Amino acid sequence: MSNDTKTVLLSGVGGQGAILAADILSRVAMACGQDVKLSEIHGMAQRGGAVTTVVRLGDSVASMVADKGSVDYLVSFEKVEALRNIEFLKDGGALLVNDEFIKPLPVATGAVQAPSGVVESLEQAGAVLVPAEALAKEAGSVKAVNVVLLGALSTKLSYDEATWLSVIESRVPAKFKDVNIAAFKLGRKFVEECSA
Amino acid sequence: MELISGNEAIARGAWEAGATIGVAYPGTPSTETMETFAKQPGVYAEWCPNEKVAVEVGLGACAAGRRVLSSMKHVGVNVAADPLFTAAYTGVNGGFVILAADDPGMHSSQNEQDSRFYARAAHIPMFDPADSSEALAFTKNAFEVSERFDMPCMIRSTVRVSHTKCPVELGERVEVEPKPYAKDAEKWVMMPAYAKPRRVSLDARVAAVTEYAETCEFNRIERNEGAIGVICCGATYQHVREALPQADILKLGMSWPLPPKKICEFAASVENVYVIEEGSDYLSEGVRALGVQLSEPEGTLCPDGELTPGAIAVAFGAQAPEHAEMRDDLPGRPPALCPGCPHRLVFRELSRMKAIVTGDIGCYTLGALAPLSAMDTCVDMGASISMSHGFELGLQGREHKPVVAVIGDSTFAHSGITSLLNTVYNRGAGIVCILDNRTTAMTGHQGNPVNGITLQHRESRELDLPGLVRALGVEDVAVVNPMDLKATRAALKAAAQNADELSVIIFCSPCVLLSKTHEAALVVSSDCRACGACTLIGCPAISRDEDGKAHIDANLCVGCEQCSQTCAFGCIGKAE
Repeated sequence: MSNDTKTVLLSGVGGQGAILAADILSRVAMACGQDVKLSEIHGMAQRGGAVTTVVRLGDSVASMVADKGSVDYLVSFEKVEALRNIEFLKDGGALLVNDEFIKPLPVATGAVQAPSGVVESLEQAGAVLVPAEALAKEAGSVKAVNVVLLGALSTKLSYDEATWLSVIESRVPAKFKDVNIAAFKLGRKFVEECSA
Repeated sequence: MELISGNEAIARGAWEAGATIGVAYPGTPSTETMETFAKQPGVYAEWCPNEKVAVEVGLGACAAGRRVLSSMKHVGVNVAADPLFTAAYTGVNGGFVILAADDPGMHSSQNEQDSRFYARAAHIPMFDPADSSEALAFTKNAFEVSERFDMPCMIRSTVRVSHTKCPVELGERVEVEPKPYAKDAEKWVMMPAYAKPRRVSLDARVAAVTEYAETCEFNRIERNEGAIGVICCGATYQHVREALPQADILKLGMSWPLPPKKICEFAASVENVYVIEEGSDYLSEGVRALGVQLSEPEGTLCPDGELTPGAIAVAFGAQAPEHAEMRDDLPGRPPALCPGCPHRLVFRELSRMKAIVTGDIGCYTLGALAPLSAMDTCVDMGASISMSHGFELGLQGREHKPVVAVIGDSTFAHSGITSLLNTVYNRGAGIVCILDNRTTAMTGHQGNPVNGITLQHRESRELDLPGLVRALGVEDVAVVNPMDLKATRAALKAAAQNADELSVIIFCSPCVLLSKTHEAALVVSSDCRACGACTLIGCPAISRDEDGKAHIDANLCVGCEQCSQTCAFGCIGKAE
């Protein structure tokens, strides 16, 4: 039934564009004939707090939530959030992380120390660190970090590039189309070269 | 196939069923339902000040012969409960369907409530979809059931249905002529002489709809190995399907009334029967009451929070999968008031005053968190003002810090007005701060009676908020710009000195997210003395570097100049 179902967990900080990324991913899966469930959390959690979005893909998807140790692909828009959600990653799952640290408010005010050795912990967990902000800037807008990370994720999934590109084109405003296409390609190329 | 959320599907189902009127108060996780419905062609939809008003408007429109959709979050059902219970007696003319969106896990709510208890208590048939496709189909059908059995119907969703998107096959709209209205006092005037026979009628209607539940296609049995039988409904069904692929399932699409024969037959057809549900024991109680012996899994399923497939599998003896452990030294990342939020300095000043602050429901509840830490209570919509009056009474005769109620504009319109009226009427004292940010911000910037913006952008009028407060009988009313620290401090100080009187301060400044353009980011000069005063306002754009000096993140800063007013040394300002 749903044992072919793959689980993608997108983690980050409210306002980073994870919901649009999840929407594009879901539509790519649908365009490739798959069933999909996309579960997101709204409301108070969005005010700069930690957020997660789950996308489940397969022939017939049942549940819409992720359990600890069940996520095939953890894509984190921020480094500390990657570590916060590491328990969800399946043994042997892929970990793609935007190489960016966003200070949580307790750290910013000095109430709590920033954690040390974040990159070491991520590397130990087998993370691919993606310089998504730099690549997004290169593509033309720092706001395209989400689509850079989709490009990175696309290397782990079997959907063809043309479907990705056509869905991205249909889901972003026309004037940002080129930026997002470039962002996707840069993210994809970065991971391909890492694993080459 | 369209990728739509449960909320969008409910709106679509109502539209396809020919509903022409929608009434709601926004509340997570229900809000998008009415927003989506309002965008459909050929419908009228409005935001109401609260859920009680919405259900009453809806009941009127349905009595007049229209099909009506109303939507609310679970705690909104508490507010609407008064008309709902009697609406079951009156019944309907046009179909009337009400969404109750529950929030197990409290992602954006003050409690977990299981709205299925309301259906049972109020005698309102309830449909309990498990995904967007069912949400559409069940809502469409609920209008038929409502008219056929002369009862309002409820749709119950949870956050995982409302906010999960999945592919849905859309249908066509059926245009439904409004039913004629004919005066019928015995049906609609619920005074004892007429309500008593309606109670008898209600019992007959409940019996009829219970018969319907026995054959309703939404209550279906999925046959399997016959060893484990599970009765479940809503999103939990999806978790069960994944966790226990060998199980026979009685999937209840109607969570009230339950179909007794179907449940008993299912129970008899499997070796062991379980009820799996989250949040409460509503369903297991109902099944046990039919005389069914329920089995319990070996492991426990937590009553609080949300269920997951993993939790169910482990309760039934599976091994939890291996996974890496989370580091235990990670800093938390709580949500915070946005950079430029007009509420921030009010809370900073209340914190300085060490005031007893009775809070309320909205973005500004975040004033409770460090470093502002300026809230003592938060319970329900409007409670800030009534609880502050209670604090004043309870502390009478004892020396105490100023008692300050803090309430947003939309929440004030929802339930604060009657509370303020009570304080005036009973000659209460204290300070009431109405944080008027010109919108219902928390749920995504809906219009409300204070700003006068309506759901479908029909012409309306802004409320004269100070005029209303004066008309209620408050003599000390001030309107203050909360972006001005000195004015904010002075207003609160003056009100605190006037301790024996009731003072209302309207802090009026629009939500920062309403503006698309912002001032340039501020910068900290090299003269910063590392005192940390600016970080006490809890702005996400301000942090301290290793030697304690302030730093402003140019990507987050909106140049609001709140922080610069807190710097005694004038070290924060615009870039040269």
